[in-house]
Amino acid sequence: MTGEAAPLLEIRNLVVEFGRRGKKTRAVDNVSFIVNKGETFGIVGESGSGKTTIGRSIIRLNPTAGGDIIYKGKRINGRLSTAEDKQLTREIQMIFQDPMSSLNERAKVDYLVGEGLYNSGMQKEERRKLVMQSLRDVGLRTEFAGRFPHEFSGGQRQRIGIARCMVMQPELIVADEPISALDVSIRAQVLNLMSRLQRERGLTYIFISHDLSVMRFICDRIACLHKGVMVELADTETLYQNPVHPYTKALLSAIPEPDPDREKNKTLLTYNGNSRGYSIDKLLWSEIEPGHFVNGTAEELAGWVKESPPPSLRA
Amino acid sequence: MNKHILSIKNLNVAFNLRGQRLHAIRDVYLDVAPGESLAIVGESGSGKSVLCKSLIGLLDANGTIESGEILYNGRDLTRLKNEKEWLSIRGREIAMVMQDPMTSLNPLMTVGRQIAEAVGLHQGKTGPQARQAAVEYLADVGIDEPERRFKQYPHEFSGGMRQRVVIAIAIACRPKILICDEPTTALDVTVQAQILRLIKDMKAKYGLTTIYVTHDLGVVANVADRIAVMYAGDFVETGLCDEIFYDPRHPYTWALLSSLPQLGVKGHDLYTIEGTPPNLFQPVRGDAFAPRSHYALNIDFEERPPCFAVSETHMARTWLMDPQAPEIQPPEHIRSLRERRVKL
Repeated sequence: MTGEAAPLLEIRNLVVEFGRRGKKTRAVDNVSFIVNKGETFGIVGESGSGKTTIGRSIIRLNPTAGGDIIYKGKRINGRLSTAEDKQLTREIQMIFQDPMSSLNERAKVDYLVGEGLYNSGMQKEERRKLVMQSLRDVGLRTEFAGRFPHEFSGGQRQRIGIARCMVMQPELIVADEPISALDVSIRAQVLNLMSRLQRERGLTYIFISHDLSVMRFICDRIACLHKGVMVELADTETLYQNPVHPYTKALLSAIPEPDPDREKNKTLLTYNGNSRGYSIDKLLWSEIEPGHFVNGTAEELAGWVKESPPPSLRA
Repeated sequence: MNKHILSIKNLNVAFNLRGQRLHAIRDVYLDVAPGESLAIVGESGSGKSVLCKSLIGLLDANGTIESGEILYNGRDLTRLKNEKEWLSIRGREIAMVMQDPMTSLNPLMTVGRQIAEAVGLHQGKTGPQARQAAVEYLADVGIDEPERRFKQYPHEFSGGMRQRVVIAIAIACRPKILICDEPTTALDVTVQAQILRLIKDMKAKYGLTTIYVTHDLGVVANVADRIAVMYAGDFVETGLCDEIFYDPRHPYTWALLSSLPQLGVKGHDLYTIEGTPPNLFQPVRGDAFAPRSHYALNIDFEERPPCFAVSETHMARTWLMDPQAPEIQPPEHIRSLRERRVKL
């Protein structure tokens, strides 16, 4: 990214809570980050860490309990006019995880892909044209428009899911584990498709996944989430080569590598966040080097940085 | 005489689907030595799960073993006629851990009772004795506070914990062979690493032979002594872990190892395998992978390649290994793997 362009999306102190009064669960706790136009921003974490919840808040499926989601300079969590609502629905789209359950079994591909256009006052002919174009874009044949989802393989279904999202000509796409339900050989195809579309249309992706090996290949920057708290955020290579937070280290050490020699001799790191005295010290979200943020108490931070100093801070 | 605990000979499995025959397993040979850890690798639909299900007599009703033998300690499992005979094998001798821990437990029964049930059936213990054994198994698979957990239902457990319970049930049957069908695909990376370690610990503790079925080559590299690569219902290459990872010979294994996202370079497309697997409703001619392979020879489309031995433990079913075949340079990534092997 060049220059100091305004970020496409900015999230400030986001809090999302579930449950009724008294029995509240804080799924996302004070998370802040920015996403620049044209980049791929990755969010990793275990299940239950709140990564999907953040994604769902961005497309306004989950109400927020605090903080701001600012898209193109405008706050979008909260009350919006009908016109704004329509515009945002078009501009921010989501690709869902499981292509087997995210498509309506009773609808034909034609409807599935064009569904988002029905409410836009578009003529039937024009809509049909856009659907066909979208199918071609994702590498499906236009004859498929008359078929039902069950006639397709997992990879093809995920392509339908992507076509359904692309037909709206979005600018920001939240991809929630788009490949984890797919087979190894098909994963590569879907990833290639996504990166081609990004190059052609200057799309911005927020890529949510627990599979760190894939994230390294697609993301420009990665944020690591643990129990609703963002623990580390950095450029992809910085994060992989120089993780500072112990949880990030533990997560990285668990990636299975397709190399028997390294895999059989590796040591697993574990991280137990519960042993920390959160109540005593305040957590700081601090930038230890440009663009590299780590979350921890002042004392912890000093220790971690000493243990694995980022190259730019080494003497 | 009994060098192999399990020996599959010329096995053919077919399914009846809407009046058509789907040939899911085609002339498969496989030997499993006692105490080893074997991994079966392949895409979905390659037949790896079908093969495992045929080992414990759990093929779907429309599937039949057409020919061949499955010798378990010299006893031919394909001759078992009814459920009652199968029960002497299933669980007791060969147990299976299924893919999805969310669906493989009974949601209406406490976890403890489910384990105690297996203990009762296979070890003849009842009442407090079975209960005691079940609590011990829970502790064995690394569940804290087993006494309290005993009384809980599956929905009170997380995915990783449920998979631990499933493993406890399998272990409680005291099997000789443990088949793990994609044991970790539904789990997180950190939990995955723990479960794999648990299975390894259990293997060492109870002297099990383990068979893993997976498409995740990272998992395979971690757990396997020996690997069998499956494509379209047949093993195209088998060998020791190092032989498959550092010196693969079959073009399909090459393609599989090259298409890993881990190898990707940002800004470039990942390598993908073109085309689709063959339609198994029709008989496969020649090498099943030939239509998708860049290295296919003319004969690959005509005649099925025999097994060529690379070493005593390593075999590949490809005509490229034939002495008359032209010298072919494997893809760049495979060459770099070979160099890595030399270094080790």
